[in-house]
Amino acid sequence: MSLPQHIKTPSRTPVYALVGNPNCGKSTVFNALTGLKQKIGNYPGVTVERKVGTAYSQHGQPMTIIDLPGAYSLAARSPDEAVTRDVLLGRRADTTMPDRVVCVVDGSNLERNLYLVHQILDLGRPVILVVNMMDLATAAGLQIRIGRLEKELGIPVIATSASRGVGLIELKLALSRTDLPLPKHRWEVPAPIAPAVAELQASLQDNDGKPPLIARAEALLLLTDQDPVRVAGSNPLSPTTAASLQNWKNRFERTGTDWSAILVGARYDAIAALAATCVESTDTPHLRQSTSDKIDAVVTHGVWGWAVLGGIMTALFLSIFTFAEYPMNLIDAGVSALADAVKANLAPGDLRDLITDGAIAGVGGVVIFLPQILILFFFIGLLESTGYMARAAFIMDRLMAYVGLSGRSFIPLLSSFACAIPGIMATRAIADPKDRLTTILIAPLMTCSARLPVYAVIIAAVIPAEKVGPGIGLQGLVLFVLYLAGIVSAMVAALVLRRSVTKGKASGFIMEMPRYQMPPIRDLLIGLWQRAWVFLRRAGTIIFMATVILWVLLSFPKAGEGESQLDASIAGQVASAMHPAFEPVGFNREMTLALVPAMAAREVAVASLATTYAVDAEDEAETEQALRDQIAARWSLPSALAFLAWFVFAPQCLSTIAVARRETNGWKWPVVMLVYLFAAAYIFAGITYWGAIALGL
Amino acid sequence: MTEPLPLSQLAIGTSAVLREYPKAGAAFLRLREMGLLPGTTLTLVRTAPLGDPLEIKVRGYHLTLRKTEADHVLVEPVEQ
Repeated sequence: MSLPQHIKTPSRTPVYALVGNPNCGKSTVFNALTGLKQKIGNYPGVTVERKVGTAYSQHGQPMTIIDLPGAYSLAARSPDEAVTRDVLLGRRADTTMPDRVVCVVDGSNLERNLYLVHQILDLGRPVILVVNMMDLATAAGLQIRIGRLEKELGIPVIATSASRGVGLIELKLALSRTDLPLPKHRWEVPAPIAPAVAELQASLQDNDGKPPLIARAEALLLLTDQDPVRVAGSNPLSPTTAASLQNWKNRFERTGTDWSAILVGARYDAIAALAATCVESTDTPHLRQSTSDKIDAVVTHGVWGWAVLGGIMTALFLSIFTFAEYPMNLIDAGVSALADAVKANLAPGDLRDLITDGAIAGVGGVVIFLPQILILFFFIGLLESTGYMARAAFIMDRLMAYVGLSGRSFIPLLSSFACAIPGIMATRAIADPKDRLTTILIAPLMTCSARLPVYAVIIAAVIPAEKVGPGIGLQGLVLFVLYLAGIVSAMVAALVLRRSVTKGKASGFIMEMPRYQMPPIRDLLIGLWQRAWVFLRRAGTIIFMATVILWVLLSFPKAGEGESQLDASIAGQVASAMHPAFEPVGFNREMTLALVPAMAAREVAVASLATTYAVDAEDEAETEQALRDQIAARWSLPSALAFLAWFVFAPQCLSTIAVARRETNGWKWPVVMLVYLFAAAYIFAGITYWGAIALGL
Repeated sequence: MTEPLPLSQLAIGTSAVLREYPKAGAAFLRLREMGLLPGTTLTLVRTAPLGDPLEIKVRGYHLTLRKTEADHVLVEPVEQ
C-alpha cells in the first residue's frame, strides 16, 4: 500500500476520538484528560449525548478529544453505537473526522475488548491503545506484556489504572507525539468473502469518495451489518455501492455462506493469537470465587435479591425526600427574598408583577426541584458506576418482559417517581430505540412528587379520616391506590404501545454484567455538575418563557370592580369556554379553571384553586386548611374522586413535555404522549365520576 | 461425547462448549461479537430469580441473555 507509514500532526488543533467498550473506564480517562473543560450537547438529529473536551499536551498545546459513546462493535446495535461508528468512518457532516483514535480497553477482560480495537485498526488511522484497569488485571493473575503488544500491533500501548491516576502522564506524552505510526495490518480478510470485500471497497472508493482504508473498513462492516442502524445526520450509500452490497448478500444467501460468522470468527482467531503471545495467566481464576461472585450470590438471590432491591429503593426515596428538604427550604427562602427585594425596589405595577409573580415565582418553582434531581442523579450514578444497576435490571427483566419491555427500563421508571424529567433523561441507557421510546411515553404515569400536594389537599378534604383496618387509614389507602393506579396503568400502557405505535420485535437482554467497582467519586461529581448546569440553563430559557406567557394569560385583561382577576383573565375565559367539555366527567367550573395554569406544573392546581376560592390567608398552612374546608363544602365526592383520577394520568407539566421533545428530537412523540394521556385522564375521570354516582357515594 | 443441548437447558454451574448457532438475526450477530463462537467454552453461572434471563461466564466476563435466545444456541457439556 502506498500510504505513508507515519502521519504528521495536522496544523490545526488535532482531534482525537476516545473509544472503548462500556465499563472499560473510558469516562475516567476522559475526565482525567480534560477535567471540567468539557462541552456536553447532543448530536444533531439523534438523542445521543455528545461530549467534547480539551486536553493540553505536556508542551501546553491544546488537543480536542471527542468522547464517543461506549460500543462493543462498529456493527451498531443502538443509536449510541451508530454515532460511534459514523464519527469514526467520517459519515457525519456535523463532526470532524478524528485524526487519531485512542482505544481504551479493560486489561482484565482483554479478548472481548480487543474485538472493537481490531475493527478500528482497519481504519488506517493512527491508534493509541490504552490498557486500563491494570490493577484489576494484576489482581486477577493476568500478566500483560505491554512491550510485546506494542511490537505486534505496531502502535503505542499505554498501561493505565485511570481510577488511581496511574499511567496518565505517559498517555499525555503519547498524545503529544507529533508523529504516530500507523498500525501494522497483518490481518487477512478470510478467503470466502475476500472478493466481496474487494468489490465493495472499490465501489466505495470510486462512487462514495472514501479513502482506501476507510473504504475497506466500511466494506467489511457492510457485510456484518445485518440490520444496520441508520441514524439521522449520516450520509447514505451511493446507489452503485448499495446495489453491489445487495448483490453479494443475495449470492451469499444462495450459497449458504455465513459471512458474518466468518468475519467475526476470523477476528477472534487473530485476537486469540495475539493474546497467546502477550498475556500470561499465573492464576486459575475459574477455580476461585471472586468478590463479585460472592456479592452476586446474595444480590441476585431468589429471596435476598428482592430484599436488597427493595432496601435500595426505600433508601433512595427516603433520601430524596429527607436530604433534599433543607436545600429546598433554602432555595425557597432565597426565591422569596429575591421577590421581596424586587417588590421593595420597584413601584407597584405590571412590570413588578411580571418579575415577581411571573419570572421569579415560575422559575423558582422549578429550580426548587434541583436538590431532589441532584440527589436522584447521584444515587443513580452511584448504582450505575458500582455495577449494581446491571443486577437490578437482571432480576427485573422477567417482570418487565410481560409488558414488552426489558430490565433496562426499570431504573428510568423508578426515577420517575421523584420526577419524570430525570426519568426520561435516564432512558439514554436503553439500547433498543423502541424500548426507549415506550419507556419515555409511560414515564409520566409514575406518580411524581409534584402530584403529592394535589392529592394531599383533596384527600384531606373529601375522604373521612377513619380506619378501615388495624393500622390502615382510609386516607392513606386512597393515596396508595392512586400510586398503584399509576404503576398499573403504566404497565398497561406499555403493553398497548408495544403492540401498536412502538410495535417491534422483543429486544432481548444481551447485557454485560460488569464487575463491582468502588464508585469513582470524581467522575460522579463532574457528572452532577453537568446535570445541574443543563437543568439550570433550561430553567432559565424554556421554563422562563413558559411561566412569563402563563402570567400574561392570567393577568390580562384587568379585572373590573367586584370581579376576580382569574375570571376576567384570558386563562379564565378559556376555562369558561372549556367547562362544557368537562361537565360530563363531573368537573365544576373552578376545577376546570385550575387545569389551565396547572399546565405549567401540577402542583399549581392547588394554588389556583386557592386563589379562585378567594381564600384570604396569611400563610400556606392556613391556605391549605381553608382550601380543604372550601373543597369539602363545595365539591361532591364523585367530582373530587374524578379530579384525583384525572391527575393520575394528565400530562400537566410543561417541563416533561419539553424534555420528551428534546429526547425524541421532534414534536411527534410528545404529541402522542399528550393525546393518549389526556384521553386516559378524561376517560378515567368520567368512569370514576359515574361509577361513584352509581355506587351512591 | 455428550449430546448437544440448548444452552437454556444446561444445569447451573456446568461448563459447556458452544457448538451451533443460528445464522440470521441481529441478536446472534451481537452474541458472536461478544465472543460466543463455535468452540468457545462457557459456564452457566445462574438464572435470575424468576428463571429468566440467564447469566453466563465467557472469556473471563459475565454476560446475560434471555431464554428465547439461549434456546437457539446449542452447547455440548464438558465432562467434569
